[in-house]
Amino acid sequence: MANTYTLIASSTVGSGGAATIYFTSIPATYTDLKVVVSARTSVTVGANGYYYDVTFNGTSANRSGRYLEGTGSAANSGTFTLYGVSDASDQTASTFSNGELYIPNYASANYKSASFDSVQENNATASRAIFSAGLWSDVAAITSVTFTPAGGSFVQYSTAYLYGISNS
Amino acid sequence: MPTKLIINCETGEQTEVELTAEEIAQREADAKAYEAEEKAQEVEAAAKAAAKAELLVKLGITAEEAALLLS
Repeated sequence: MANTYTLIASSTVGSGGAATIYFTSIPATYTDLKVVVSARTSVTVGANGYYYDVTFNGTSANRSGRYLEGTGSAANSGTFTLYGVSDASDQTASTFSNGELYIPNYASANYKSASFDSVQENNATASRAIFSAGLWSDVAAITSVTFTPAGGSFVQYSTAYLYGISNS
Repeated sequence: MPTKLIINCETGEQTEVELTAEEIAQREADAKAYEAEEKAQEVEAAAKAAAKAELLVKLGITAEEAALLLS
């Protein structure tokens, strides 16, 4: 059980929005990483405004993953990549999704696994919850984490908090 | 032009830069992949619903009766 929990960096999107949130120069001094994300995008559900992608060290290569998804009316599962869910622009105004990305042993010399648990806030039947698990088949230490919406940009007041967790 | 919000974890500095052409291309490819996954889900759900409806007709029972049997 981790006994330390340190805020490494945080970010709040400004008025111009951001197509990507990019944490770089992450120190290798912790055991695990956790990112807490609150997100809303500038485009509608129909324009892929409700998914955002996660990449490590700036590359989309060597990634694989599986997901479980509840939409409010159906349950889906499949093989895809590591990703989270955001609120889209046509969902309840001024609401944001919540998500927690956990990356154990991010600085090890083995392949990296990660999990992402996220849910939309939407005052309607259609509201998604997604649990996604991913494997990055690369032995490099993770030094950067990137979040990129599948459509549009993250809007103002979207936030991301990066924590380092140590086991000693 | 879409921008990238960069947070340097060593310095705490936060900067905003425009995406490169390569990053924009990657974004577009990712968007297409998500769209394809979404469509695949819809096709699968429609196929399941059709198969379920066909089975109910074969059995001569309603969806409510089937749910009762399985409860």
